[in-house]
Amino acid sequence: MRAFTYERADSPQAAAQAVASHPEAKFIAGGTNLLDLMKLEVERPAHLVDVTRLDLKKVERTGDGGLRIGALVTNTAMASHPIVKRHYAVLSRAVMAGASGQLRNKATTGGNLLQRSRCPYFYDTSKPCNKRKPGTGCSAIGGFSRNLAILGISDACIAQHPSDMAVAMRLLDAKVETIMPDGGTRAIPIADFHREWGNTPNVENALRHGEFITAVTLPKPLGGTHVYRKVRDRASYAFATVSVAAVIGDGVQRFAFGGIASKPWRVEAAEKLSGADAIAKAVLAGARPTAQNRFKIPLTRRTLAATIEQAQA
Amino acid sequence: MDQDSNPKRTGVTRRGLLAGSAATVALANAHALADPATPSPAPAPATVPVSLNVNGTKHSLKLDPRVTLLDALRERLGLTGTKKGCDHGQCGACTVHVNGTRINSCLSLAVMHEGDEITTIEGLGLPGNLHPMQAAFVKHDGFQCGYCTPGQICSSVAMLKEFDQGVPSNVTEDLENIVFSDEEVRERMSGNICRCAAYPNIVAAIREVHGGGVA
Repeated sequence: MRAFTYERADSPQAAAQAVASHPEAKFIAGGTNLLDLMKLEVERPAHLVDVTRLDLKKVERTGDGGLRIGALVTNTAMASHPIVKRHYAVLSRAVMAGASGQLRNKATTGGNLLQRSRCPYFYDTSKPCNKRKPGTGCSAIGGFSRNLAILGISDACIAQHPSDMAVAMRLLDAKVETIMPDGGTRAIPIADFHREWGNTPNVENALRHGEFITAVTLPKPLGGTHVYRKVRDRASYAFATVSVAAVIGDGVQRFAFGGIASKPWRVEAAEKLSGADAIAKAVLAGARPTAQNRFKIPLTRRTLAATIEQAQA
Repeated sequence: MDQDSNPKRTGVTRRGLLAGSAATVALANAHALADPATPSPAPAPATVPVSLNVNGTKHSLKLDPRVTLLDALRERLGLTGTKKGCDHGQCGACTVHVNGTRINSCLSLAVMHEGDEITTIEGLGLPGNLHPMQAAFVKHDGFQCGYCTPGQICSSVAMLKEFDQGVPSNVTEDLENIVFSDEEVRERMSGNICRCAAYPNIVAAIREVHGGGVA
């Protein structure tokens, strides 16, 4: 691991300033993804700003009937919160579909949004990777690509977004609240937070250097039946091959997809259609699979059909 | 009680011998791996003071910030009950409790735990005074080689607490009415790998402790 210096931040703005003032600095909260990557020297920060002592661990109702989840609320605490379990069950289900008990106890709401791709070539520092080292090429194209993305990709990168939590947040139209080093704040709609790869797969989200996530807000509850269905290579503790988050009923029909794209994938126009075949066709329009991951097209359609059936049962 | 960080070790131990031979091999390899094109590593950064409360004892340490909680426990405090398996959060052998919650100690920096209460397998119970979960693992033969066992036991003790606190899982049918079952135990323990595959007996031990058995 590359040597780094360490400091503890005592306010969100001070944390933002500390990272902004150092070109190679990073925030650290749960650290479950960052430290893993630092041990492999995929991530090589020269300075770490520890934000875990900040007062961002509350889940509270907002004035418009929604919910504000502090950036440092652990994945376990979020999924176990009575309001989340009752009114945003798809979020609870999605969080519990990912990682292990130990990791969910450390992983935070903000950090989960920022977790990096699990593409095997991103992890392998002996191989070219445009995400890890821009301009070196993509080893996954023409390589082992079975579990990689078919949407939101480019000739530079076909990595998939690994988060389950973020898929449910995309479904629920969450907003990501941030603070800048100058104290200014903004709320980024989750649809605009993660990116399609284009020519810069090293840039994974809308944050500027030093911009710090303070909370995620959810609009008021949708009602309906909530389902998160995840297909993977083993029954527990594995990343999604395909996942579908759904809310159906009470006049609502929404679907968001994980495991198939550069970002949590949702096509609002498709939600006006009926039947899994028509919806899947609209969602998967423009898909560019490799020979190894072409199976994700029928698998997405079938997982969607099973999800709809489960919601209507 | 405030203790200095270095455990007392006297005489030749199996562990000391192993560590010594590993260091010799590492030295020999250092020459083979030296590459003039590779820049020499940056000097180690200044150490950071940190206070850890481990199994009820306060330890004041000065650590390179790169030291994980796992390495601090094993290499600085001599608490080798906590095991290093994968060192990447995938196997669960390093599971300890921090402020009562189970985490992977390999994926956490020791300097981030200022003032935290840490419980390792040694703090749960020792021979002659076993924790009920340790006794249940012995009774049900919930291990073979034993390497994953401290992590399994620390994990299962905290897992039962999570269950009682209403933490759901991926197999929970009704999020607001969670029912204990073997399936729940297996899902909740999926972060602890046992390559000897003692899983049926591990589940039996946990089931018994949940039911109030094993004194």
